[in-house]
Amino acid sequence: MMKNIYGPVWVIAEQRDCRIRTVSLQLMGQAQKLAAGLNTTAEAVLFGNLMQHHVRPLFAAGANRVFLGSNPRLAFYEPEIYVQAIVRLAQEHEPEIILLGSTAMGRELAPLVAARLQTGLTAHCIDLVFDENNILEQHIPAYGGLLSIICPQKRPQMATIAKGVFPMPEPDPDRSGEIIPVAVPEDVSPRLQTLEVVHQIPDEIPLESAAIVVAGGAGAGDPDGWRQIADLADALNAALGCTRPVVDEGWAPLESMIGQSGRMVSPELYIGVGLSGEQQHMVGITGAKVMVAINNDAKSPVFDQVDYGVVDDCRAFVPVLIKKIKAYQKNQVTC
Amino acid sequence: MINIVVCVKAVPDPQQACNIRIDPVTKTLMRCEVPLVLNLLDKNAMEAALELKEQFDAHITALSMGPPDAEGIVRECLALGADQGILLSDRAFAGADAYATAYTLATAIAKIGPVDVVFCGMASSDGSTEWVGPEIATFLDLPVVTMVEEIVECRGQQWKVKASLAHGYRLMQVQLPAVFTVTRELNTPRALVFSGIIKARKKSIVRWGIDDLGVPAEAVGLKGSPTIVSKLSTTESKRAVEILTGTREEKAAQLLQKLLNSGIV
Repeated sequence: MMKNIYGPVWVIAEQRDCRIRTVSLQLMGQAQKLAAGLNTTAEAVLFGNLMQHHVRPLFAAGANRVFLGSNPRLAFYEPEIYVQAIVRLAQEHEPEIILLGSTAMGRELAPLVAARLQTGLTAHCIDLVFDENNILEQHIPAYGGLLSIICPQKRPQMATIAKGVFPMPEPDPDRSGEIIPVAVPEDVSPRLQTLEVVHQIPDEIPLESAAIVVAGGAGAGDPDGWRQIADLADALNAALGCTRPVVDEGWAPLESMIGQSGRMVSPELYIGVGLSGEQQHMVGITGAKVMVAINNDAKSPVFDQVDYGVVDDCRAFVPVLIKKIKAYQKNQVTC
Repeated sequence: MINIVVCVKAVPDPQQACNIRIDPVTKTLMRCEVPLVLNLLDKNAMEAALELKEQFDAHITALSMGPPDAEGIVRECLALGADQGILLSDRAFAGADAYATAYTLATAIAKIGPVDVVFCGMASSDGSTEWVGPEIATFLDLPVVTMVEEIVECRGQQWKVKASLAHGYRLMQVQLPAVFTVTRELNTPRALVFSGIIKARKKSIVRWGIDDLGVPAEAVGLKGSPTIVSKLSTTESKRAVEILTGTREEKAAQLLQKLLNSGIV
């Protein structure tokens, strides 16, 4: 058999409590498509503890091979061990492309691996396509449009991608592949180690699965204005999201930021309040049936991207809207 | 003494950055005069250093790479309490991606001398790649923790820090010297005070170019960057907006009706 001119397309997969994370499966599906385009294989690298029986979803999502490192030290993300092992594997197998999720782990691991492999890395892509020379065009939103970033000379070509950018591939349970065990040192690095990982269960409505999303922007003006937007979300039983400036102001946590470097949402109804429709935010909303914007600037670009627009100061308008919603709901109950 | 380097970046004022746009016809950037300001998260990085200096004997260097105009943000760091300011400015550094930027900053940090702690903001508001901190750590062969939201223990050479997860945290133990990228949850940056501004006027800012760093021209700037922008394009909306009109009350009533008609609410 002739050796393929392109190396494999890799996904650095991620697990939590032995379950492969959604974003890793979504990337595996996309990796399989990219690999088909280059006539090469799609492969995953996965670390964890006692993972042998939990690899199958990666095959069902499109992996031809899975490099599996499994030992007790790998149950949690251990940066120095992970980086060393991935770099060694990449030097041996020379992948053409490496994809990672824009998760806390992926965002730290990706630059550490890229710098050691002396290659480029694109952050939080919203699409990946090949150009006419089979070079990976990595799209990111910027300046009201799209930038296409390429890494023309160095290999691998590396990118991080948020959950929800690519769809969940239709799992094919008949697909199988090869598990290649990887020897990963059990010794923890003397200079850096994970002592504890704590996951908290969020008590708010999760953005990704919400049917209605209310997102607020800098137009909220101050914490009081922000609270009104939160009240609107409450009144509609909607999940509450925000734009970057709201996080910068400290009105809402980073976890609620929608967009390229935050969460991707696909509600049926989206209501953007006091935001200007920056691409970095708007690319985070896909497939919404109805989109609404409330902004005091009639010329705001957000109005080019929605179905219904209200030109008004959100600080004055939102309380009136909430009152109308509550009056309607009260009526419904008494009828 | 603890030697601290804080990496800071001059970014277009985020309040006005929306004025930089892609020209729909020429597909090039329509540049306009947007003033440069200190990147927001770098203020948290500066604050982390200043708080350490309040507890321990420490020396703070504010380090930036950028155009000559970036001197203003280095001076702002001096006014906040940095002991020394260094600006890496050279035509050869222009057009650097995160990799080449990190390489240049790391080379400068190595030149500054033995460093115990490097603080960076978690991301910059213009590039928002988050790569520079970890890549600096790689070039200097130091451990790194990204997205630090709390410094739990910072006595001696063995630190404990909490790093943010989407919902939760990681508790990490780190041996100094080390690199940390910080989130806005770490602290509340102090405001500039007049006496600091006056003091900063007397401090001089060191300027290093490519010859001072002794690096080859191929390793920095656009030439040293593995990634390039290959295309700019504009996006078109597929939605036609209906602007609701009338008084505030009328608009609210109409909007509620539209929401109800959609069958989703």
